[in-house]
This record gives sequence, C-alpha cells and structure tokens, in this order.
Amino acid sequence: MIIARILGTVVATQKDERLSGKKLLIVRPINVDGSDTTGYVVAVDTVGAGYHERVLVVAGSSARLAQGMKDTPVDAAIVGVIDTVVVNGE
Amino acid sequence: MQLARVIGTVVATMKNESLQGRKLLVVQTLDKDLNSTGKPMVAIDAVGAGVGELVFWCRGKEASFPFKREDTPTDCTIVGIVDSEQHVTR
Repeated sequence: MIIARILGTVVATQKDERLSGKKLLIVRPINVDGSDTTGYVVAVDTVGAGYHERVLVVAGSSARLAQGMKDTPVDAAIVGVIDTVVVNGE
Repeated sequence: MQLARVIGTVVATMKNESLQGRKLLVVQTLDKDLNSTGKPMVAIDAVGAGVGELVFWCRGKEASFPFKREDTPTDCTIVGIVDSEQHVTR
C-alpha cells in the first residue's frame, strides 16, 4: 500500500455500471515524511475520505478485495484515512 | 518476496471494514546487502513483526493470501521475520 494525499475529485456520469455510486478521487503518492512526489492516481473511495487527507491506497487486483468492491473494474482503492505515521520514532 | 526493515507504524482509525484489526507497518525494502533501496511502503502484518525487525514481504494479490482469502484488500504484506542478519547468506 502507498500513502497518498487527496488532490481532487473526478465526476464521470457514463461509467461501468458496477462503478455506479462509487466516489472517484485524484490522489498523489506522498513520502512517509509527508512530502509530495510526482504523478497521480484516480482511486475509488471506500471509506469516505475528503480533500487533502492522507490516505492508504491499495493498487492492483487487491483493490477489488475491499468490502463493497467485489467484481468492480478498479485497480486503485482508498482503504483507510491515516491518523498518524511514525517512522524512526518521529 | 523481498527483504525489508520495519521502520515505523501507521494508525488509521477510519478504514475499510475488511481491514479492521490489522496492524499497519512502514517497511523499507532492502537489497541483498541489506542496504535501503526504493521508497518505504505501508504493509499489513501477518506474522507479528515489530519496528526494527528484518522481515520479508510479498506484493501483489498474493499479499492477501495469509488472511481469509478474497477478504483483505492489501497489496503488500509481511509474511516472515528473518531470525537475524547473520541468517541472510550472500
């Protein structure tokens, strides 16, 4: 899993019917110290995350294993909102 | 699978229900000489590892296999603890 920050939202009216009702968010991978990296991923939200929050993103086929995501055509899912990250005691 | 060092912990109160009760750890991948390589990742613990320990982990869909299959959304899981650095023969 990677740590990412939510940058924005995506609205898509016409989409696979199994994606109906799912919230799509744009996330940017960040380092464990909170600094930004480059690039972005569109991920499906499974936890009710909001703008600028730090979240956990699962990529690949494992994204479908999250509750409520069975058989949906996704390869990135937000599965947690991060409270704290402690690395090397900091 | 790759060797890694557990360097930290992650706390996420709000997470996908299928992740309830799982321990989240920050792992730094190591090369064969046990030097850091690449960026740290967040992994789910399947074996009871702790900060500072040398572990090995697997990525991809197989990462969910230690748990109830088709149940836990993870693409990165700690699946073993290396007894000591002397047990890594190069």
